[in-house]
Amino acid sequence: MQQVSLNTRKYVVISIIILIIIIYIAKLFSIQVLDNQYKTSASSNVLRHITQYPVRGLIYDRNNHLMVYNEAAYDLMVIPHQLKAFDTAALCEILDVTPSYVDAQLRKAKNYSRYKASVFLKQVSAMNYAQLQEELYLFPGFFTQTRTLRKYPDPIAAHVLGYVGEVNDGIVENDKYYKSGDYIGISGIERAYEHELRGQKGVEVFMVDVHNRIKGSYNDGEHDRSAVPGQSIQLTLDAELQAYGEKLMQNKIGSIVAIEPASGEILAMVSTPTYHPNLLSGRQRGVNYRKLQLDSLKPLFNRALQAQYPPGSTFKVLNALIGLQTGVVSVQTEYSCYYGYHIGSFSLGCHGHTSPLNLIESIQHSCNAYYCHVYRNILDEASDAGIVVNYQKWREIARSFGFGKKLGIDFPFELQGLIPESKYFENIYKSAWNSLNIVSMAIGQGEVLVTPLQMANSTAAIANRGFYYVPHLIKNIEKENGIDPKYEVKRYVGVDEEHFDPVIEGMYQAVHGGPGSTARFAKLEGIEICGKTGTAENPHGEDHSIFIAFAPKDDPKIAVSVYVENGGYGSVYAAPIASLIIEKYLIGEVKRGWYEERIFNANLLSREKKD
Amino acid sequence: MRRRINIYRDIDWVTVLLYFILVIMGWLNIYAAVYNEEHNSIIDLSMKYGKQMLWIAASILLIVTIMLIDSRFYAFFAYPTYLFVIFLLLVVLLFGTEVNASRSWIVIGGFRLQPGEFAKFATALALARFLSAENMKIHKFKNLLSIAVIIFLPAALILLQNDTGSALVYASLLIVLYREGLSVSVLLIGFFAAILFIMALTLPVLYVLLFIVFVSCVLLLLLFEAKKDVLKGIFFFLITVGVLYLINLISLDRSFMWVLIASVVTSSFVLTIRALIHKIPILFLIIAITIGAFAYTFSVDYLFDNVLVAHQRSRINHLLGIESDPLGAGYNVNQSKIAIGSGGFSGKGFLQGTQTKYDFVPEQSTDFIFCTVGEEWGFMGTTVVLLLFLMLLIRLIVLAERQRSGFSRIYGYAVVSILFFHLAVNVGMTIGLAPVIGIPLPFFSYGGSSLWAFTALLFVFLRIDASRRELLR
Ligand SMILES: [Zn+2]
Repeated sequence: MQQVSLNTRKYVVISIIILIIIIYIAKLFSIQVLDNQYKTSASSNVLRHITQYPVRGLIYDRNNHLMVYNEAAYDLMVIPHQLKAFDTAALCEILDVTPSYVDAQLRKAKNYSRYKASVFLKQVSAMNYAQLQEELYLFPGFFTQTRTLRKYPDPIAAHVLGYVGEVNDGIVENDKYYKSGDYIGISGIERAYEHELRGQKGVEVFMVDVHNRIKGSYNDGEHDRSAVPGQSIQLTLDAELQAYGEKLMQNKIGSIVAIEPASGEILAMVSTPTYHPNLLSGRQRGVNYRKLQLDSLKPLFNRALQAQYPPGSTFKVLNALIGLQTGVVSVQTEYSCYYGYHIGSFSLGCHGHTSPLNLIESIQHSCNAYYCHVYRNILDEASDAGIVVNYQKWREIARSFGFGKKLGIDFPFELQGLIPESKYFENIYKSAWNSLNIVSMAIGQGEVLVTPLQMANSTAAIANRGFYYVPHLIKNIEKENGIDPKYEVKRYVGVDEEHFDPVIEGMYQAVHGGPGSTARFAKLEGIEICGKTGTAENPHGEDHSIFIAFAPKDDPKIAVSVYVENGGYGSVYAAPIASLIIEKYLIGEVKRGWYEERIFNANLLSREKKD
Repeated sequence: MRRRINIYRDIDWVTVLLYFILVIMGWLNIYAAVYNEEHNSIIDLSMKYGKQMLWIAASILLIVTIMLIDSRFYAFFAYPTYLFVIFLLLVVLLFGTEVNASRSWIVIGGFRLQPGEFAKFATALALARFLSAENMKIHKFKNLLSIAVIIFLPAALILLQNDTGSALVYASLLIVLYREGLSVSVLLIGFFAAILFIMALTLPVLYVLLFIVFVSCVLLLLLFEAKKDVLKGIFFFLITVGVLYLINLISLDRSFMWVLIASVVTSSFVLTIRALIHKIPILFLIIAITIGAFAYTFSVDYLFDNVLVAHQRSRINHLLGIESDPLGAGYNVNQSKIAIGSGGFSGKGFLQGTQTKYDFVPEQSTDFIFCTVGEEWGFMGTTVVLLLFLMLLIRLIVLAERQRSGFSRIYGYAVVSILFFHLAVNVGMTIGLAPVIGIPLPFFSYGGSSLWAFTALLFVFLRIDASRRELLR
């Protein structure tokens, strides 16, 4: 009985199907027969959206010196179905390409679409372009489209500025703004401030006929959106100082970072070997990039914030401060040095100097034994809670200077260095570890690693007597009020202000003191420089030369860190380089001709072990 | 006893003829859609029509194979086939290759396959097998649950592959359930749930809740004899809203949504007590529906905001027309309507179409193939195609109704439902009557997987139909 009633349901199903088909036929009748709008508009109502590319923002240095600008470049485009037979040889001659390139590009374009434009040749050179414009009428189906290229008036700051390149598929998928073929900042400032620099693409909508000819603006341009040019930005960099720094570092591997302590503004950020930024702009970008990538000296590597070195003896300054802060030493505390620190079978050598010495003299003469005492005091006596707690306390203060963590600079790919957790040693020494196990950290060797940026930043914190601003490169953005407020917050370190003066006195004496002072070579007439040398053990070759300094002593204008790989003692190369940077920045010109000639002429590349 | 059958005599030639007419018309339109002067050999394998020719040839092999297999095989192997396809869907989800943001392809060597296309066929078999069991009571809760699992498991897996269109096809199987006796009220509840789902995604939650309250009141008025009591109840509810609104205004400072929910809870409580005292089961039902609908709305809202990943969300948004790129709003549909409309009454003629060929209509050889029909063959062409499909569907219903076994009838209806859904949505989207979800036009659209899947779906039914006389009762 139920089956009977269900049998009627087939009529319901058939009725629904017939009803829908009738509705569809009625609708089709309406748009195909009744409504003439579609027929008349079909030939002209096809829309074409043409992207308007904005001009990328310019980049200036702190003195409004132009560092990056744009140059027009022309892409040759092709629409395959508009092609007529043409003289391939003539086209090859104009464009400097081979016939097989023409074939391959045309095939690629046809595969993409016969009716939409594809790029045939990117960035036609200005000379070829002039000739091309004259003869373009011989090649129907081809047209040119204007794009802009980044250009650099000076061959400096390649790592800081970074470069732009085409977006990859991953970016296109994740960010609706970008379409295949668009440009994007890939590294450096171009990447960090991509959003400000790129501007906003615009669009023009045209009506196009069936032969793909533009018939005019659609809806009187109601849907058009003009491109918004990118914002120009001003960097904290001093282009002149940057250029000078790069010249000092020529034929050497290493880095210079200079910071204005009162603001955290980065004045110079040098990483060598470097390259001419124009190499990574334009048609040869791919080829040049591969060459740079294969170079064994790694010119693409930004050592200023990606190289992680041991801090060497510069770390003694930090340990002196932590020693004073934790109360395990005072300014008057004296220790003797017997050409080193010897206890039981343990021995750590030192060079000859007066003995015993106090805290200020220990910095002036860079005594290893003194800091073995200080560091072991911190670990064993800072509190009764045992080495783990004392070590973690030391680590916490070291981190407050910006070591062992990312500082938060407005720059991509910053590395964090290394200040190990106490657990690290517990694992190595199976819980039974004591202060002697890790005493080499007293003099900046062992498990600790820092970047040149972190060194410069901690020097700025010392110059400020206890605080720093997060180092940054941005000074001004065209249409915005001020910069990210995080760069205007004072970050206090874990050492009280009163402890800085004796340590700074030690750094002053290191440069200005009598015989035996380690950094006398950095002395500069008329400027009170405070500095500290360092030497980082390098298992692969000659030691790395390190120097940190700030000046003037009582009103610091610049804090600088210098790393010269394979440079030997800190006093040999790093100290004079820092001294010259300070002279250049504070006085404006360098008067010590012989002094800078020696640095310019030094070539340390042969010391780099090729393995 | 069994009678020997003769396929050649017993196969339904009307359907076979309709099939071949549609496939050939489809091929001609694919040829027209991608035609250009340079490649005009019909078996140029670098062109889509060349490949489609190959798929058609392979389909004929497939048909011969299906005809050689014993008809009892399909019922017997319905579940294993279903499980195998589910397995393939899982494989494709884990290791599949992404094409157009849908992870729905298995690539073996140079050969690509979309298991999702075959899942329809397997699901139809499994559903037919389940519903044709002896003493099948469709309204038993356990059976409803099993049916839901059979249908929604493949649909969910396909949805996870980001192929929303193909997943929605499974909803068409409700037609089968309706024919097999599913009560209209169950269909209405399903319909209500679908509407709520879309409302929860498109409208602010508060509006949806108000809508639910409104529907509950209408239900009360419709299902109760004592209209006066219902009006009293509604009045009581409104008073509750008012009182709570005042309390909220004075001291609590929560949103109006809170007031509404609190009022519904209070009223439900009072009504439940009344229902208990007067023993009115229908009142329970309405209270349960209201509260259930509330919970459902919130969970849809929660799922959408917290569980779905961004691209799934944007797909659903796109589907519902909430979000689309500013210049492209309706752009595809507009282009498609221009192409079809420009065909006029009799069309521009074979290969004379301009709109569809010039890349202005998207996916012109697959999802928008109907545009080429409209442009080159005009109103006559589109009407003929729709009428051919109509004939095919009605013919299949006639065949389904003449079956002696439940299995073959149900399977036949599943074939009808799936073909009809594809037809209605595909053609509907090209003329602006259905949302743009990318599903192919059966037998017409370019693509090997979809052609084979539809061929298998149809000819398995014809094979079973040819054997209908084997079973003598
Ligand atoms: Zn010493």
